[in-house]
Amino acid sequence: MSEQFYFALEVMMNGLMAGVMYSLVALGFVLIFKASGIFNYAQGVMALFAALTLVGIQKGEIPFAHVINATFGTNLSTFGWELPSIVAIVLTAAVMILMAVLIEKYVLKHLVNQEPIILFMATIGLAFFLEGLGDLMWGSEIKKLDVGLPQGISETIETVTNNWFGYGFFIDRLDIIAAVVAAILVTSLTLFSKYTKQGRALRAVADDHQAALSVGISLRFIWVLVWSIAGFVALVAGIMWGTKSGVQFSLSLIALKALPVLMLGGFTSIPGAIVGGLIIGVGEKLFEFLVGPMVGGATENWFAYVLALVFLVFRPQGLFGEKIIERV
Amino acid sequence: MSSLTHKDTPPADGYVTEDGRTIGGVMMEMKHITLRFGGVVAIQDISFDIREGEIRAIIGPNGAGKSSMLNVMSGFYVPSEGEVWFRGRKRPPMKPFQVAQQGLARTFQNIALFKGMSTLDNIMTGRVTLMKTGLLSQAIWWGKAQHEESEHREKVEEIIDFLEIQAIRKTPVGRLPYGLQKRVELGRALAAEPKLLLLDEPMAGMNVEEKEDMSRFILDVNDEFGTTIALIEHDMGVVMDLSDRVVVMDYGKKIGDGTPDEVRNNKAVIDAYLGVAHD
Repeated sequence: MSEQFYFALEVMMNGLMAGVMYSLVALGFVLIFKASGIFNYAQGVMALFAALTLVGIQKGEIPFAHVINATFGTNLSTFGWELPSIVAIVLTAAVMILMAVLIEKYVLKHLVNQEPIILFMATIGLAFFLEGLGDLMWGSEIKKLDVGLPQGISETIETVTNNWFGYGFFIDRLDIIAAVVAAILVTSLTLFSKYTKQGRALRAVADDHQAALSVGISLRFIWVLVWSIAGFVALVAGIMWGTKSGVQFSLSLIALKALPVLMLGGFTSIPGAIVGGLIIGVGEKLFEFLVGPMVGGATENWFAYVLALVFLVFRPQGLFGEKIIERV
Repeated sequence: MSSLTHKDTPPADGYVTEDGRTIGGVMMEMKHITLRFGGVVAIQDISFDIREGEIRAIIGPNGAGKSSMLNVMSGFYVPSEGEVWFRGRKRPPMKPFQVAQQGLARTFQNIALFKGMSTLDNIMTGRVTLMKTGLLSQAIWWGKAQHEESEHREKVEEIIDFLEIQAIRKTPVGRLPYGLQKRVELGRALAAEPKLLLLDEPMAGMNVEEKEDMSRFILDVNDEFGTTIALIEHDMGVVMDLSDRVVVMDYGKKIGDGTPDEVRNNKAVIDAYLGVAHD
């Protein structure tokens, strides 16, 4: 095999890994959309907020420190301790659950039975609010997130592939971890929604509020549950992206990359979020590799969106989405 | 019927029907229910009771307030005045899902099924109130949760057999014809093993054959599971054949209450259904 072929293969594999990272964000969108028909614009910001909180808690930073300092002329910064990663992650997960409860109580509860567009607007508001809150609580500088995940090129894979093919593949260890985590998340979420009482209740609420109430399902509990899970998924995405490229406010923009992923995979399918992410990831990298040089490069910026547009024309419900059947 | 001497109030400890079924004491009692929407009075000072093991019908012309009454019973509306008593206790204002948890299941006039889910999943959802394992063991699908799921699945299969819908077990209900959807909805309500089953026009929009099937299922449910049933119906013929006692409503008021025969001969009822000559 030629060097060129292996290089294409390597590009493809890196595309797969990048796709997994997109999928992690898309997953959060799908969860909330499935359970409440809301497109949650704030999902990306939730990932950012989770990552910020995680760094803050881990490093023992005092929340709102720079607000307090500016107001009272004090000079606070940290509590002076560093928590183990696992403790910090659990605490952050608790914060995300608290956030879900508050969102239900102060936003969703008041918007029952409203048009989807109104709920969508509410999530845009939520996105701005969370972004501002994150800034106030933890400051706006770029932070380094290190929860002990391995990073850098995996030498094992490079050596092994070098021995087998005479060509060493460059693969980031963090990407491998991300792929494993995504696989576990998707499997458990799919099983949860298919075979458990709460999972079934979740699908029931998404389908028909009135009918769900009549069989004894509490809408409020389900909403809190869904937003908690979405918060947790956001935390996972936040950890992965934060470790990869630092915790910075541009992280909230990865939400935009999740959009084409959802259009491909379908807004209502958990496995669809993964497959969509992989296709976008691979497509993007391969396109850049094969066609990029002919058109002057930088195709990664627009390829995903064009692919999504093409999909909208031929299969508007996405690869795995539910086809809307209306009996008349 | 011979034992039912007083028109409005059968004896407190129950009575025996024409076909020999024993009806028990009061299960649900509506006391002076009034329901207003702004200036519109949908229900005006209505009282009646439903007894253990009974098939009770609420009939009346369009706009009489039948569905509103059913919505009050199932907790979807809170009455402006009056009390709802269920199994010997006054019911405080509660959410529909809490009412459901008390052992009351209902169907809807315009079918409210989970259209994207299969027949099996729809009926499984009906058992939500009966599933006891917590969120955590459900989430990790461990031990008791796993065992419980298969137990519930067995019950659901029984209901599917009972309603003769084995063939559509895996079909998304959105694709089923109307009559079958009504049957699945009945199945979902039955899955909760309710003490009291409320049916909102179970036969609306059905052809004669489907109506006969549905009537048979309603009678069988009452007979085999001993479920108390309250139903709203338009079709006088069906109601008279099915029910033990009938409440008749017109313009939000109760104009008759008693056995089908008594109701059929009630002048106010005849007037409401056939109209009155103005002279």
